[in-house]
Formats: sequence, C-alpha cells, structure tokens
Amino acid sequence: MSNLPDPESFDPMEQRKKVIRQRNVATGLVLVFFVVLFFAITIAKMHH
Amino acid sequence: MTQAAQLPLPADWRDFFALTKPRVMSLVIFTGLCGLLAAPGHIDPVLGFTAILCIALGAGGAAALNQWWEADLDAGMRRTKQRPLPAGRMERTSARDFGLGLSAASVLIMGLANGVLPAAILLVSIVYYAVVYTIWLKPRTPQNIVIGGGAGAFPPLIGWVAVTGHITLMPVVLFAIIFMWTPPHFWALALFVQSDYAKVGIPMLPVVAGEAATRRQILIYAVLLMPLSLVPWWIGGAGLIYGISAALLSGVFLALSARVGLRQRSGPDDAMRPEKQLFAWSILYLFALFGALVADRWLA
Repeated sequence: MSNLPDPESFDPMEQRKKVIRQRNVATGLVLVFFVVLFFAITIAKMHH
Repeated sequence: MTQAAQLPLPADWRDFFALTKPRVMSLVIFTGLCGLLAAPGHIDPVLGFTAILCIALGAGGAAALNQWWEADLDAGMRRTKQRPLPAGRMERTSARDFGLGLSAASVLIMGLANGVLPAAILLVSIVYYAVVYTIWLKPRTPQNIVIGGGAGAFPPLIGWVAVTGHITLMPVVLFAIIFMWTPPHFWALALFVQSDYAKVGIPMLPVVAGEAATRRQILIYAVLLMPLSLVPWWIGGAGLIYGISAALLSGVFLALSARVGLRQRSGPDDAMRPEKQLFAWSILYLFALFGALVADRWLA
C-alpha cells in the first residue's frame, strides 16, 4: 500500500517528532484563535 | 530496537478531529445556525459566531466522550472499527480528557458570550448525550434512540435562546421536530446495519423487537412528524414559505416511511434500497426543513 512508510527509510524517532510538531502547531493555532475570539467577544460585549 | 520504536506513536491532530464526529457535527451546526437565524431579534455577529462555535465544540466534546466510553463496542462493528480508539491510534484517556476539555470550554465560553441560559442548555445537552444516552440508555433499552434523540434536538433551541435570551413555544417545537425525526432516521440505518449492532449486544429496536416492529414504529413516527412539522406555520412562528416546504418535505418523508413500514425483507440478499433511501432523505429533510425556516424569516 502506498501510504505505508518505506521500512528501509522509516525512522520512528523522526516520525514521532513530526507528529508531536504537528500537534504543537495545531495547539498553538487554536490558542491564538481563542485569544482573538476573547478579544472580539470583549469588544462586542462593550458595544452592548 | 530503539526506545522510540517501542513507544506507540502519539495520536495525530486528525485523530482528535475525527473524534468529534465531523459529519454529525455538520448537522448540529446547521440546525443550531438555523435556530439562531430564525429567532426574532438581533445578535452581534461575533456573539452569533461564538454561539455556533460553542454548539459545535459542545457536540464535538460529547462525541469524544461517547467514543471514549464505547471504544470496545466500536472495535466490534465494521462501521466504527477504524475510529481512532478502536484502531489503536489513540489512548483512551486522551479521548476522555479531550472530550471533557472541549465540553467545559464550550459551556464556559457560551456563558461568557451569550449568557447563562444558553450555556445551561448546552451543558444539559452534553450531559444528556454523554451520560443519559451513551452510558445509561443505549446499552439498556431498545427505546434508546427515542429518548436519546433529545440530545440532537437541542442545537436549534440553544441557537434561538442565544438570540432571544428566553425560551418560547417556537424553539420548543423545533426541538420536538428533531426529537420526532430521530427515531425513523436512526431505525432506517439500524435496519441495514443491524447485524453489526447485534454483534456487540446493543439493544437496537430491530435486534430486540424484530424488523416488523421497527418498520411499524418508523411509520408511526413519520405520521406524527407530518403535523408536527406544520406547527411552526400553524402557531404563526413561520409563514407560507416554511408551511408549503414542510408539507412537501414531510409528505415525501411519510411516503418513503410508508414504503419501509409496509414492506418485508425479501430475503438475506435484499439490498434494502427503500431503507437506504429513507435514511438519505431523512438527512436531506432536516437540512431542507430548517433551511426553509430561515428562508421564510429572511425572505418573507
């Protein structure tokens, strides 16, 4: 199957680092989104 | 073998996303948005967006808790065995913590942005799905879908209350429509995947009471749904666009349900086309009915 890693070049440590890096990026983006959302909610509530 | 090779890979962010049942969530978001858009009054776009986001996060959190609890059952069913937990791509505690985190965040943010009442209803809907339905009813009674269907009926109510700040008859009717729609929708699915449910011992109606009783119940709920779907027009909560749409959509729903309700499986090789058609129409039905409600509010 094409989506399976090539056993010759598969490096578990590298794969692990990649997954953790992707999760960190996703978590960071979510946190930034919530900072912006809380700012926007505060502004919207101030106008009411 | 290195230490890293012995450790399981941590779950990918896509697995966490899959845990929220995105396809189910799309219907939840849509009905919540329709409740919000059909409600009389005005809501700040940011607060409206936050309300829908919280409904989505709450639904995602409840779905994650559902999969955390049912991981063993999911492993035994063809339809669900590729989910992150039964496939072994994620630890159970990660799913539980993710579900609890999403649920808590959704309620807190909704309380902050939209008020205590919509946040309280959101909390009730999460507890209803994750505890009342998943843990209590689903493994115990063939009526699990009937009562558990209430969990999916909350979004338009929450969307409506986020705008108005109080509960009136109209959002309760919207709740009742989804409540009444759920049994024929799920039982149509259960009829053609019933062998899977039987295998893991979930007492779905076709497994416990048999196909004939299930078909009869589908028809009964479809008959009840027909007048109920017209109530928003009847009580003046919606106009003619909605009234005509509801009559047509529910008419087709009833006709398809009658076809399912009045037939018998021809044999083990029966393709179950009427059941599959009813299931497909039931999804389209809900989108179209709530879309007509919004169109009626904004175009009429």
